Formats: sequence, C-alpha cells, structure tokens
Amino acid sequence: MKIVNVTHGSFYAIGAYAAASLTGAWLSRGYPPMLSYAVMVAAAILVAAPFALFIERVVLRPLYARDEVVILLVTYALFLVLEDTIKLIWGVNPYYIAQPYALLGSFQVAGMAYPTYNLVLVAVALLFGGGLAWLLHGTRAGKLLLAVIHDPEVSRAMGVNVGRYYMATFALGSLIAALAGAFTAPTVSVVPGLGVDVIVLSFAVVVIGGLGSLPGAAIGAAMVGVVRSLSVHYMPQVELFVIYFIMAVVLAVRPRGLFSLAEPRKI
Amino acid sequence: MPVILEARGLCKAFGAVTAASEVSAAIEKDSVVGLIGTNGAGKTTFINMITGYLKPDRGTISYEGRDITQLAPRDITRLGICRSFQIPQLYGSLSVYENMMVGIGIVLRNAGLAGYWSRANPPVPGFARPAPEVAEHLLQRFGLAADRGRNAQVLPGGARKLLDIALTMVAKPRVLLLDEPTSGVSAGEKFGIMQMVLEAARAEGATVLFVEHDMEVVSRFAQRVLAFYDGRVIADAPPQAALADPEVKRYVVGSARA
Amino acid sequence: MKHDRTTTIIIAAFVLLVVLGKLLPQWAMFIMTVAFARGLVVLGLLLLLRAGLVSFGQALFYCIGAYAAGGLGRFFGISDIFLEMLVGGALAGVTAFVLGFLLARYRGIFFGLLSLALSMILYGLLVKTEALGSTDGFNILPSTLFGWRPDAEWVRYAVLVSAAAVAAFAAMLVHRYLQTPLGRLAPAIKDNEIRVEYMGASARRAVHVKYVIAATLAGIGGALAATAVGHIDPEMAYWTTSGEFIFIAILAGTGNVVAPFVGAALYGAIHTMAYDLSPNTWQMSLGIALLALIVFLPEGVWSLTGKFRARHS
Repeated sequence: MKIVNVTHGSFYAIGAYAAASLTGAWLSRGYPPMLSYAVMVAAAILVAAPFALFIERVVLRPLYARDEVVILLVTYALFLVLEDTIKLIWGVNPYYIAQPYALLGSFQVAGMAYPTYNLVLVAVALLFGGGLAWLLHGTRAGKLLLAVIHDPEVSRAMGVNVGRYYMATFALGSLIAALAGAFTAPTVSVVPGLGVDVIVLSFAVVVIGGLGSLPGAAIGAAMVGVVRSLSVHYMPQVELFVIYFIMAVVLAVRPRGLFSLAEPRKI
Repeated sequence: MPVILEARGLCKAFGAVTAASEVSAAIEKDSVVGLIGTNGAGKTTFINMITGYLKPDRGTISYEGRDITQLAPRDITRLGICRSFQIPQLYGSLSVYENMMVGIGIVLRNAGLAGYWSRANPPVPGFARPAPEVAEHLLQRFGLAADRGRNAQVLPGGARKLLDIALTMVAKPRVLLLDEPTSGVSAGEKFGIMQMVLEAARAEGATVLFVEHDMEVVSRFAQRVLAFYDGRVIADAPPQAALADPEVKRYVVGSARA
Repeated sequence: MKHDRTTTIIIAAFVLLVVLGKLLPQWAMFIMTVAFARGLVVLGLLLLLRAGLVSFGQALFYCIGAYAAGGLGRFFGISDIFLEMLVGGALAGVTAFVLGFLLARYRGIFFGLLSLALSMILYGLLVKTEALGSTDGFNILPSTLFGWRPDAEWVRYAVLVSAAAVAAFAAMLVHRYLQTPLGRLAPAIKDNEIRVEYMGASARRAVHVKYVIAATLAGIGGALAATAVGHIDPEMAYWTTSGEFIFIAILAGTGNVVAPFVGAALYGAIHTMAYDLSPNTWQMSLGIALLALIVFLPEGVWSLTGKFRARHS
C-alpha cells in the first residue's frame, strides 16, 4: 500500500498480549489445553480487528493524500498511542504462557532436541505466505487490490471501492501481525515494548526482501533469521548489528531490494 | 558556418525498444533546426542523450570539438548547452520570481561569484546586472512579470512552458534545445511564443534546436529540419524539402496533407 | 544589508538568558540545556527537511557526539565542555563526510531507511562493546570550562550558558547559510531535482554538504546532552531517539532557525508535564500531540508566527 507502517509493531504486541492474557485465562480455568491454540488465534483476531478498522477508517483514511513520509509519521504517532493503550489495558507486568509451547514437545534432529512448536510455526508461516500470494494473484479481489495500490485514482474512476480495499488491506496486514505476535507469545515473556524491537527488525526484513514484494519478504525473513542465529552462535558480538548492516548494504547496492521492478521514465 | 554540435552514430535501446539507431547530425552555429517525428520516434531521446541524461549505447557527441558523450547534465549545462522540457520542469512550491532567482543563484555559484558565505549581489555573467534585475528582465521578456508572485504549480500550461524556457535562458546558452516549446499553448499564441523565444535566443547568439509537432511552426521558423522515425533520421533538409519528402509524408506528417 | 530580525531575536534571547538564567531553578536549567542540545540536532534536521530529506537516523551522530564527549573524560581525563562539543561535532562530521558519499545519492523513504539502518548499526555495536559499558553505558566527568571547575551551584548555569552560546552561534551560522545560493537550493532540490541538475548544480553535492552540517550539529548536541545528563548509553543511538528528533522537527516547523529550539523547549515541557500527569500514558499524550500537529499544524508551531503577522499587517 506504499505505506511504511510503524503501527504494525503495535499490532504484533496487541496480538501477543491478547493471546497471552486470554489463553492464560483459558488454561487457568482448566479448559482443554489443546484448544488453547484456537484461543490464541481467536484472541488475536478478535482483539486486533476493532483496533485496525478504527485506525484505518478514522485516522489514516483522511490522510492518504499526504506525502508518504507524513503517513509514516502518523503511524509512528499511532504506535506511541498504542504502546500506552496496551499498558492501560493489560498493565505493565509480564505475561507468561509457556504451555502451548511446551505442549507439543520436541523431536530429535541430528542428536539435538528441537521444539516441535517452532517447526509448526514455520509451517504456519509458509501457509500464510502461500495463502496471501494466492489471495493476491489468484483471486479477483486480490488482483483488484494490486490495481488499487498501483493507481487509486484510476481504480476509483472505474468504480472500485478504493476505501473498502484500503481498509481490508490494512486490517489484513494488521491481523497477520497480531497473529505473529500471538504465535510468538508462548516463546517469550510478553512485556511492554514488545513491538519496539520487532518493528525495526521487520523494516530490515522488508528492505532486504524488497519493499512491496511478497516473496521478497519471505526470503528476507528467512535470511534475517538464519543470519541472526548463525551470528548468535559463532560471533555473538555482531548479532545485533549484522542485520542492520545487511539492510544498509542492500539499500546501498540495490535499494529496491532483491526482487525489484524496473523504474518508469521521468522526462 | 562552423559546426558547433555533432552527433555521430548514436544508438540507444531500452530492452526491445530501439530509441536511436545510427543517429548522426552536424548542427551549424547560429542555425535554427526543427526536429519532427511521431511520438516515440526518438526526438526526446536524442535531446536526452545530447544533454547527458541518457548515455548512448554507441556513438559520440561532440560540442565545439570536445567529446561530451559521457558528461552529466550539470556539466553539459555549464558548457553552454541548455534545454527546456516537454513537461515543464519547475520548482512547484516556489514563486515564479523565486524560480528565476534559484536558477540565477546556481549560475552565479558556477561562475565562482557567489560562494558558501556570500550574500552579495554581483553582476550576473552575460547580463552585467545583479540577480534581481536579471530575473525581472527575463520575466518581462517572457510576459511573466504579472505572475511573479504566484507559485509555479498554479500557473496555466502556457505560462509554465514560458517559465521553463525562461529558466533555460538564465545560463546564457550557446546551444538551446527546446522540447515541444509550443505544446499545451493555444493555437493563437504559438507563433507569438516561438517568435519571442527565437528572438531572445538569437539576440544572445545561440544555436537553436526545437522539437515540434505543429508543421506550420516548423515551416515558419526552422532553417533546417531533421525528421525522426523509429529511432532513425529519415530526412535532413530545409523545411520545404523535408516536408515534401515521401518518407516524411508517410511516417511523420501523414499523406493527407499536401 | 537589511537588518535581520532573526539575528536580533537570537542575540536578544541569549543576552536575556545570561542575565536571568541564574534565577532559574536547577531543574529548569537542566531542561533548557537539554532543549538546546536537542534543538541543535533538530537544526540539522531542518536543513535536511528543507531539501525534502527526512533522516530517521540523526541519533547516530547524536550518540557519536555523546560517546566522544564521554570518552574524552573516561580515557583522557578531559572534561572541558567546549572541547567535548568540538570533538563530538568533529567526529560526527567526519563520519557524515564518509557516509555522505553513499547517503547523498538517495531520496525519500530510502534515505530515511538507510539513515535508520546506520544508526541501528551503531546501536548494535555499542550494546556489545564491553569497554564502553555495553547497555549500561557510563558516566561522564563533571564539566570544566577552560580549566575552571565551577562549584556545584554554578555548574548547571555554566553548562546552560555554554549551551546557549553554542546554540546561538550555530543558529546564526545556519541562518547565514540559508541565504547563500547553496542554502537556497534546498527547496529546489525538494521540488525538482532534475531541474537543479539541468541548471548546472549538483544536488548530490548539496545534499552531502547539508548532511555533514546536520551531523556536526547533532554531534555537538549529543556532547551537550551527555554533559547535562551526566550519563551516556547506547539508547542514544536507538531509533526511538531519532523519532524524538523528528517529532520536535514536526512540532517546530522549518520556517526559521529559531524554531527547532522553541520546538525542543516545548517538547521538553510536554514530555515532563505528560510524564508527571501520568507516567504510564506519556507516550500516548505525545502520540496524540503528534497526530494533532500533523493534522492541524503541518508546518509546525513556527507557522503560527507567520499567520499572526499576516493577520496584523
């Protein structure tokens, strides 16, 4: 949507908090632990959706005509607001829900025990990526969305309800972020500030993969994950900076990312 | 007259599209040359290559005997070749007057007359008067004086074209390339504008090349015509002869015209 | 040469501060010093913003300045405040000179993201550097002024006056720069870079120069902030710090060299008030304030002076 969206990080946090708090409540009441996964998903979606819809309709919609940097600043302002909103709703104490993580146990690979949960996450991520790609390129609605993104004015002139598409896109993106947060929640302690690190890291991923490219984001994420793990293992002192170093290198060498499109003529 | 600008064997392709194919032309000093051709024939590409915005795949461009093929637009401008644009390139949020002043400021800076710290008002090279007066003079010349306080982006099409051309004149070009100077200008004003521009240019001793779609303007003002088609120059002759050329009739003008 | 209103304001404000400053309570002196420090960084941002460039990584140079100032004390025993600012600014400037060869070729969101990445690289490096205290950072030596160590009750005032002096000087220099041909190129670069190139100027070189100036200012600001706060840590390079500077820049507007300082003072005031009112919602207050600014006052608070003048002339 040609928006660099800082609020994305907030939705990640909202999803994590929603999942942690509601799943925690579910489990503490003794309900079936196996259903906690469904609770996580439902919690994230049900809590994040109203936020997303409200934000898009009330805050972002009137400001789309402005410069892309202005929109980024708007999302940054929203991020600040949401950070504290989260604190108001869920408090400042950490939430732990380790059970969904531990429940799936681990399996042996090359003599080491690897948590099954992580593997399930990878599968889910691939599923989502594939589903999103199909949605964009395989369905009529998805193709219309690509058209709307490319040129909202022409789309509007052809009778497409651009406003509804924008809202749907923003909501979809935010929900996916929320789900990501929900799925991550069992593996960390959910604390305030969860969104802060994640958002700048996801910028790195998106830049490396290519702004606006879906396969790029997938490959970028994979790359970042692998590089990070490798550096933690072999050279811990570069762990934090190596990702941003790669981001800088990509920006310097191929600003549009690894999967870029040609630039149109200007004069 | 000596040759001031020469293109030899220019070739440029964008993937499968050939924008220039062995384009050669020798432009004589003080001449007025018209470039005609349909859209996509390669006229603007030709200008873009001369002014350094694009680099030809093959071929050379020389100016006063010096090879300028690989130079950047700003270097070529400093050498004395200036161009105006098909779509006027203005500083939208600045006023007409400020547009001129920014341009003049750059010229002063390039001439070494205004450094980082200088706020003085030295005479502008080629005009022998300080910047504000030069700006006024050019605005008067191009009929924009009344609009001096308006922001460039709110000007009507014709005025934008004129401002674009006025900016080109600030650097006192020796070679002036005009890309469709009268497009977007109402029919009644076309001749007047071309007259104004050519007089201003000739008064400064500039060689003029202009791209035009209006054949009446071309016949009236060009001494020589280069006709483009499909990246090639298909005719190089005085207007009468060029417009009568069968290939030009077929590919550019249209054979319905006599 | 016409008498400049801006220069008058700067000089008058400085004199006022020197004379009346000692009467302020210590906490007010602290806030004002920090405002001057931030204002310097935002002054640099103003230069870049006028050319249409938003840097999301000024914290890089802010942090370099701070660590340089702290390092002078920690490794060389130097605590002179002007030396700290000089070295901080110089180090930042040199870094920007080198980085500028890369950065000056980018515009828009790419410029922003690249500057962000560079600042995060520094953050990552500092967090893992034991010699500099990792995430804890380290303390800075109490300031001296040309060899004189002020008593406890005069320290803050001395630092404040030094800050004001540097800020005033910087503001006047930048003001002067903005009136030169190169300075006036900024809005042209923002509007139409192609036209700039075609008139014979190098936009890239102009941007490079502005980037170095902005970085130097940020470095000086960082050194100053470190001195005022007394402590340095990697958080100074984090993206949220850059975000604060951008916030102030939006708050202030780019209308005048004095605006960044006014904006920084306002920001400090809002931050403190919001925090005192409710420590758990100060970010929200800031966020709402930013939104309100973007919607109602996109040119910043300084644009109010323009409107005031228009209505009363």
